[in-house]
Amino acid sequence: MRLDQRLIADMITPGTRVMDIGSGDGTLIDHLFRTRGCDARGIEIDMEEVTRSVAHGLPVVHGDADHDLAHYPDDSFDYVVLQRTLQAVERPREVLRQMLRIGRYAIVSFPNFGHWEMRLKLLFSGRMPNTAVWHTPWYATPNIHPCTIRDFLALCDEDGYRVHEWMAIDEDGDRAPWRRSIRLANIFGEQALFRLGKGNV
Amino acid sequence: MDQIVSAPTVEHTSAVFPEGVTLDCGTVLAPVEIAYRTYGTLSAKRDNAILICHALTGDQYVAETHPLTGKPGWWSRMVGSGKPIDTDRFFVICSNVLGGCMGSTGPRSPRPVTGGGTPDAPEPWGTDFPPITIRDMVRSQHRLVKHLGIDRLFAVVGGSMGGMQVLEWAATYPEMVFAAVPIATAPFHSAQNIAFNEVSRQAIFADPDWHGGRYWETGAIPARGLAVARMMAHITYLSEEALTRKFGRRVRPCNDTTGKAAGTLSTFGDIFEVESYLRHQGSTFVRRFDANSYLTITRAMDWMDLGQEHDGEYAGPFVGTGTRFCVISFSSDWLFPTSQSRIIVHALTRAAANVSFVEIESDKGHDAFLLDEPDFDRTVRGFLSGAAEHAGLSRRAAQEGTHAS
Repeated sequence: MRLDQRLIADMITPGTRVMDIGSGDGTLIDHLFRTRGCDARGIEIDMEEVTRSVAHGLPVVHGDADHDLAHYPDDSFDYVVLQRTLQAVERPREVLRQMLRIGRYAIVSFPNFGHWEMRLKLLFSGRMPNTAVWHTPWYATPNIHPCTIRDFLALCDEDGYRVHEWMAIDEDGDRAPWRRSIRLANIFGEQALFRLGKGNV
Repeated sequence: MDQIVSAPTVEHTSAVFPEGVTLDCGTVLAPVEIAYRTYGTLSAKRDNAILICHALTGDQYVAETHPLTGKPGWWSRMVGSGKPIDTDRFFVICSNVLGGCMGSTGPRSPRPVTGGGTPDAPEPWGTDFPPITIRDMVRSQHRLVKHLGIDRLFAVVGGSMGGMQVLEWAATYPEMVFAAVPIATAPFHSAQNIAFNEVSRQAIFADPDWHGGRYWETGAIPARGLAVARMMAHITYLSEEALTRKFGRRVRPCNDTTGKAAGTLSTFGDIFEVESYLRHQGSTFVRRFDANSYLTITRAMDWMDLGQEHDGEYAGPFVGTGTRFCVISFSSDWLFPTSQSRIIVHALTRAAANVSFVEIESDKGHDAFLLDEPDFDRTVRGFLSGAAEHAGLSRRAAQEGTHAS
């Protein structure tokens, strides 16, 4: 399991209902079912991954974040997870809204466009930055809505979401040392991980 | 009391329910006989039973040589020892549907004599057989399952019309279905599919041997009409790609009397291989299937609409369900397209059900669920073993079981 998936799993209380949007090969939901006793399900856009997951006995539906969340009833889950995908969905704001409608908490990870390497590369080369995390050229990237950690926090503020936990994550998916200052995390964190809740409850 | 009886021509194992079944149309059909086959061993806890529901022209001979045709069971590549539906582990039940013609009560069954009839030579029901629905089929299967001493089915699995039965099982007896696998199916029969069925029925009606449905009186069967119905339906089970791959535009010489060399342009001389194939499908079909059964069952499919009693909300029958679902469709199926499976998936999602959904990439059309599709096999096997884990079934339940026969 990837290091950042481990960090996500650590945010989840055992025995809860979890929806993993973009469940990939099903590693996280399999882990949550086997080690945490969670009722963990997945949505995945890649049919090959879906078939592989279902063939492993995991409850996964073919679908995507933009189109399929609307069908779930309110409060169907305790946690709704979106890993490294927010920047690639058509309507990130609506996806977040749906996640917090069908779930109590939304756990969201995304690559941070505000990382110092990105800033420097754009400043000095004048070209779209290319790093280990942002590695596809502008004409081929699926990442149509990149954002920085501060951008994301601004949206949470605007839409009234409460940030229960946040952390910066390095390239390998391990927790980065920038734990107090959002500004430093926004410069030095390659990725970010948030646990959000509804409003001020 | 239930008893085992046999049909006159071929011996079918069956159970008889003298009190009958109350049908959706209001009629009490009695007695009701349900012909069935079982494979594998029922566990001591009676928790490893899988009911397989067959499609329009299938029957209970799912995993053994068919007693009439001599062909392998229609799903013997899916059901058997070590197969995705593993009879070493599961106790598999398959019954002929109500309205069928392979031993279960249907239009060919003798009509119970009322009043001053002659009990020695009772007439078949024929077209007077009451209209039945998919739910009526499921009600009769429910009687059989109870008769076999099973209170909860581990799984109900079926494709096409069998998938409709799976959905009706989960909707009607949710507490009796731990897992459901509706394959290449829909929660309602579409206008296009009703239209195809109507062409099939009209082909049968147009046969001079039809005799208003009382063809047994003349000793003939409406073979031409039934064959045309089958030929037309068979096209809908395939895909353009599959037909092209199998037959292309190849021509087969026809041994007729015109004396023309093969390949010579003629109107009714040589025939395309695809024509020959369809004719063969039609002519073999009429030997094993009853025309009145075909009418009854196609009509039952047409009446299928899970949303009807819920103002068109397909989630309605599934609200609060504890059943685990695995919905499977095939990319080239245009009879029961993926879009209709998605309607099921979205309805189950709205009902907060535990659902898996896979569209298998295949160019084989609707029939793909009967053919060699490794991804499909893996999906069924994996879903069932995952569900078995959740149900707390032991790995080899059959070993500790007793034979239930």
